Order: sequence, then C-alpha cells, then structure tokens
Amino acid sequence: MSILHIVNKSPYEKNSLDTAVGFVKNGDTVLLIEDAVYAAAKGGSVAAKLDGLDVSVLGSDLAARGIAEDRLIDGVSVVDYSGFVDLVEAKDSTQSWL
Amino acid sequence: MPDVKKLMYVNRRAPYGTIYAWESLEVVLVGAAFDQDVSLAFLDDGVYQLTRGQSTEGIGMKNFSAIYSALGDYEVTRIYVEKESLEERGLTLDDLQHLTWEDEDEDWAEKESIRLVDRAELADVMSNQDVMFNF
Amino acid sequence: MSIEVNGKSLEVDEEGYLANLSDWEPGVADVMSKDDDLELTNDHWEIINFLREYYEEYQIAPAVRVLTKAVGKKLGKDKGNSKYLYELFPYGPGKQACRYAGLPKPTGCV
Repeated sequence: MSILHIVNKSPYEKNSLDTAVGFVKNGDTVLLIEDAVYAAAKGGSVAAKLDGLDVSVLGSDLAARGIAEDRLIDGVSVVDYSGFVDLVEAKDSTQSWL
Repeated sequence: MPDVKKLMYVNRRAPYGTIYAWESLEVVLVGAAFDQDVSLAFLDDGVYQLTRGQSTEGIGMKNFSAIYSALGDYEVTRIYVEKESLEERGLTLDDLQHLTWEDEDEDWAEKESIRLVDRAELADVMSNQDVMFNF
Repeated sequence: MSIEVNGKSLEVDEEGYLANLSDWEPGVADVMSKDDDLELTNDHWEIINFLREYYEEYQIAPAVRVLTKAVGKKLGKDKGNSKYLYELFPYGPGKQACRYAGLPKPTGCV
C-alpha cells in the first residue's frame, strides 16, 4: 500500500516534515506544498532530511516564494496542480500532515 | 516635542502560508503615520519574506513583496536581518531584495536599509526598544 | 454598486473605489470627477498618473505624506506639498486621487 504524504508547514517552524518522513515506506512519495516547499531548497539545514526519498514539490508554491527550480535539491520533481492530482491517483492513499 | 517611542516589528513567519507576514506589513504601513521611531527585524522563517523573485499568480494571492521596497518612503529605514536565520536556510543577502531609502536631507542620497546582524547584536538592538510587536 | 464608463458598467465598493484595478481606463477618472463637480486638468492627471506608476512599482496606494514626499522628489517642491495637492483634490489627495486612479483606498486612511 503506497501513501502520498503531503506536508504544508515550514520545516524550520514545525515538526510536520520530521514526523511525515518518519512514516515514509518504500513506494511512498512526499509532496511538499505551501510553506513546506522551503524544505526542498538546496543549502538549507533541513535538506538532508529528504535524502533518498521520492519528493515532489508544487511549482506554484515555489514560484510564489521566489525559489527557482535550479535551487532545488537534486532529484526533487516539480509538479503543477494536475500533477498533484496524478500523484493522489497513483497512490493507494493520502496522508496530509497538517 | 512629541513622545517618540522606539517600536520594533519582529517578523518570524514565512509569507503566504499564513497571514502573519501580510498583517505585519499592513500594521507597519498604518503605524508609519504616527511619527514613531520604527524598525523591523526578520528572523527565523521571517527572512523568507524578503526574498527576491516572488511570483504569486499560481496561488491566487497578492504578491506583497514589492511593498517592502516602499518602506523607505514610509520612513522605515532600519531593517535588521538575522545572520543565523539566513545561514540555517542556505540563504545569503544576495537572495534578498535590495532595500534602500533616500535621505531627503542629503539630496535624496540612496542608503541601505538592510542591516545584517547576528543574534547577539539583534538582542542588543531589541533591548533598546520601547515596544516590540511580534508577528 | 457600479459606475457607467463609456458604456461599460464597472463595479465599485461602497466608498466608490473600483473593485477591480484592471477595470481602469482614463474615462473612470472623468466620470468620477464629474460626480464630484471637479474638472480635471493636466495637473490632476500628473498626480493620477504618478499614483498609477507608484502602484505598478510598489503594489500599494501610498499614504498622503508618502505621496507628498514622492511627488516632491519627482515633480519638484512646488508640487510636493499638501497645499498644492489639497487644492487639486479637495477631498484629500490620498483618497480622491487614488479613487480616480483606480487604486484601493490608501492603507491607513480612515
């Protein structure tokens, strides 16, 4: 059973990402939206938390925050709203770590 | 001589995900009418408010990042940015907007608004304030 | 509420400010000023256009004293003072001129 883990809180302010990552199993994907997209920026102290995980970020939330795609950690995929829907569809269930 | 107070607005939240950043900015703009000695501090996720290149069409919210560059016109000329917060997030001053103010008394000479300070220096600045507002 | 401008009906709020910034055209200022019994001169338009440029750059309708200072810098001291601006816009340069320019009411104006 694969899960899409959605995180929307800044990893520097809340521990939602830590908890979500702790629950990730093989085949799961982490989708970062809203303030959680900061986690995927290269050079940040939380970047290592995403090592080895399948991570997607929502492009419009990146753009709103002025994060260029070349500033992302290698291997992170950028999705638009329909890509978001595709992810939800592709997984057996969705967990929103609010 | 009116009683001029030293007011500092302390900003610790990222923009857009919550309403704090925008609320703070509005209060600063309204408060600027009262001729007080106003400064702003950005630390923790608050440093994200000042980043360049924000573009909000995709999330349907007002892009208020341009307003920070109007703060000089509102006589907000001291903007403290905490060094530790930038470093933790992999950011440098180059990632932030270049904010300036123009000194009317010196023929509109352009001066830097942003002051990069470490936590100890910012603590010193805070200890000299009359009132601090946290957002 | 709405106003008629060149055959189009444009939505305004209860204080008469345009609901949508993008609805603006010069005819908006003409219609609004007519309602105020004010004839727009080039001096008025200079301020209206200045406000629109200011908003374009900073995404904000400036408070009166900010407007005054900025006008002084751009157009000279003889125009950057409240006497000049209030003579042009007797209901207040912040409120009235911003309304003609299609901007929201300046933040902090009550």
